[in-house]
Amino acid sequence: MPARGIVDYATYRPYRRLDLTEIASVAGGGGGRGTRPVASYDEDTTTMAVAAARRCSLDGVGSLWFSTTTPAYVDKTNATAIHAALRLDPAAPAFDANGSVRSSVGALRAALAGARSLVVASDLRTGLPGSPDEAAGSDGAAAFVVGEGEDEGEGDGGVIAEVVGWGSATAEFLDRWRTPGDPASRVWEERFGEGRYVAAGRAAWDDALKATGLAADDIARAAVVGSHTRACTQFERSVFAEPAIPGSAKTEGFAGAAAPGLALARLLDAAAPGETLALVVLADGADVLVLRTTDAHRPRPVEEPVGAPLAYGTYLRWRGLLTTEPPRRPEPARPSASAAGRNADWKFGFVGSQDDAGTVHLPPAPLDAEARPMADATGTVVTFTVDRLAYSPSPPVVFAVVDFDGGGRLPVELTDVDPADVAVGTRVEMTFRKLFTADGIHNYFWKARPIR
Amino acid sequence: MSSHGIKDRVAIISVSCTRFAEHWDKGVDELLLDATTDAFKGAGLTADDVDAYWLGTAQSGMSGMVLAKPLGLEGKPVTRVENMCATGSEALRQAAYAVAAGAYDTAMAVGVEKVKDSGYQGLNAFPIPTDGTNRTLTAAAMFSMVAPAYAQRYGVDPDELRRVLARIASKNHYNGARNPKALFRREMSVDQICGMPAVAGGLSVFDCAGVADGAAAAIVCRVEDAHRYVDDPLIIKALSFVAGNGSGLTDPAYDYTTFPEIVRCAEDAYAQAGITDPRTELAMAEVHDCFTPTELVLMEDLGFCERGTAWQQVLDGAFDLDGDLPVNPDGGLKSFGHPTGASGLRMLYEAWLQLRGEAPDDRRISTVSPTRNLALTHNLGGYPGEMVSFVGIFGT
Repeated sequence: MPARGIVDYATYRPYRRLDLTEIASVAGGGGGRGTRPVASYDEDTTTMAVAAARRCSLDGVGSLWFSTTTPAYVDKTNATAIHAALRLDPAAPAFDANGSVRSSVGALRAALAGARSLVVASDLRTGLPGSPDEAAGSDGAAAFVVGEGEDEGEGDGGVIAEVVGWGSATAEFLDRWRTPGDPASRVWEERFGEGRYVAAGRAAWDDALKATGLAADDIARAAVVGSHTRACTQFERSVFAEPAIPGSAKTEGFAGAAAPGLALARLLDAAAPGETLALVVLADGADVLVLRTTDAHRPRPVEEPVGAPLAYGTYLRWRGLLTTEPPRRPEPARPSASAAGRNADWKFGFVGSQDDAGTVHLPPAPLDAEARPMADATGTVVTFTVDRLAYSPSPPVVFAVVDFDGGGRLPVELTDVDPADVAVGTRVEMTFRKLFTADGIHNYFWKARPIR
Repeated sequence: MSSHGIKDRVAIISVSCTRFAEHWDKGVDELLLDATTDAFKGAGLTADDVDAYWLGTAQSGMSGMVLAKPLGLEGKPVTRVENMCATGSEALRQAAYAVAAGAYDTAMAVGVEKVKDSGYQGLNAFPIPTDGTNRTLTAAAMFSMVAPAYAQRYGVDPDELRRVLARIASKNHYNGARNPKALFRREMSVDQICGMPAVAGGLSVFDCAGVADGAAAAIVCRVEDAHRYVDDPLIIKALSFVAGNGSGLTDPAYDYTTFPEIVRCAEDAYAQAGITDPRTELAMAEVHDCFTPTELVLMEDLGFCERGTAWQQVLDGAFDLDGDLPVNPDGGLKSFGHPTGASGLRMLYEAWLQLRGEAPDDRRISTVSPTRNLALTHNLGGYPGEMVSFVGIFGT
């Protein structure tokens, strides 16, 4: 019987970092020490999911699950945009499992039971200025390719971590909630949730050990995540002699629906082959996933987060918590659904074209016979400019003419960069972003960012 | 390609131009009436005497009724044309061809733009539904990329080039200060312009065309009929147009130091007019200085000087009002202002005044002579790498 579990995984953290010490003097309280990752104004949960998923090997992926507590759209599937950006098989279904942190666990559990699938979770966490959620929150995404190994865990396409078993506990109690339309989530008294979560965690933990026939000492490495920080800490102390996750993973904050995946990824990064791992998620009950790394698994070096500082005022503006005077320019027109649908490969997939002579055209030229996928192309800045007049959700617009390695040139907007950092010769890669929202329609396309 | 031209077959018998300004008190109707009334008077004609009309407006109205209504035209053919910032010149082309073809005896080309009703800063394009992947960059930012490219290709120090561009703007302000119809009528020094904050690449607001409302008009007829109306018509020597295919934007060989559409367009115009050395055969030129680096490159693309030398020629004053070849003696888009549909005809208006000795004394060029009596007008629309270009040549 072939192994079933995780085949590949990758995470994504946005470029900007908010210094938590800046908050108190503006908001009158709150903040903390250190920094937290903050998504760019041109990122949302859909774009960050694409960023994580692109870093996985997607061979053989037959379905896609997407989870977030902050979907770009409701009543419209967001996973289809991710599907389009990844250029997955049209026959592969794409599902959202949205709304809460536990959604991402459910999606992972369902996908692990099925054929080869991509499971991606992404979140953008905000709180009212000065709130604990603001300081403890974190933006990011985690993607997993799961399913069956092709040949019992050997070589590429093999399972690197097998599912050993699950434990679960479900209870209805109001610890954290948000009514749609409210700007922030609310919580009941902390000690109430702590008690319920620790109990649920213990129940799920015992359930998992029973289901897998393991003892606590058999678990080499574990991570506990959840929106109730004290509950996580208390649960950890009650079960483990030492802290389950050392160092940086905890200080990057709570990333909502992406938190379980990010924690699992850090576990896998650190694990040697043949280790038993446990992921505990305290979210509206508790879930425990027990995995064992296979011989095909290799630990990965910890990626030091590349981050540039972001002023608190800019963060507030990006999150819509601070409304500033717009320029005296017309707001952009909404994209046409029919035009965007016709050109979905270009718009979502960054697929150009090439003619018989091999000349690359971006956007694709109607007379060319062959498609030319360019999302993974790298290039060089030939010339650039900084436009302080153009409309932008976050002016100024930094714009460059990029010549791509292997052919093709496109004038394109740059992101994740300060104007002073761009030069002729800067090397860039493409990233999937949201240009703006007009008339409630999110306008997705690609920008270039410096390769770091 | 067969571009035979209509040299010496069509005469311009009247040209008019309103003041270009933020005409808060005038709409399209008033601007059209102002321009056409003066044009009719100049030729001794009424609206009904003119057989056909071409109305150029980029985004101030749709269909010929925009002109027919305020003028109360009865049963007249009126065609609204648009070709970005070359719209006014496009109206002239069509009117001239209609008359040359013998379809009509007299025709009027009118250009108008009312840009100050939008409430927005700058010139903003009318939104056409797209898939959302199009550039949102301003034209200023796109043209701003010409400056560093030019500096790099020809080894000009960037700070020096900044002063060259300011010199171009300063020249145009000097000329505009001597033009009662211009939007900006104040001289500005190179230092003043260099001191302004950059808003698009290295360009400041004063490297950009002025934004104004306005209208201009011209009446044409067959050259053999011109004597019935005026003693000193202008004669059309060339009308040339090229629409680019946008390849420059995505062609790695394009280096932002030239506008190939303009080079092709100028070649055709010079062939039509029989000009081999524009620098000495033209008495003046009105060119499309939407931004200062644009005018710099135009000097080379239009063949007024060798490639890579325009910057030095600008500093030497070759294109000043009293220079070897006066460029934009009326102040150009920079200080006259740029109501999109009217600009091409506004340029013709300056040629009309200067070639016939009617320009005001403090703005009169001294290059006009019986052997040097040609004027060139040029418009472009679009961006480096994707533009349309018009070149017209007129003489006495």
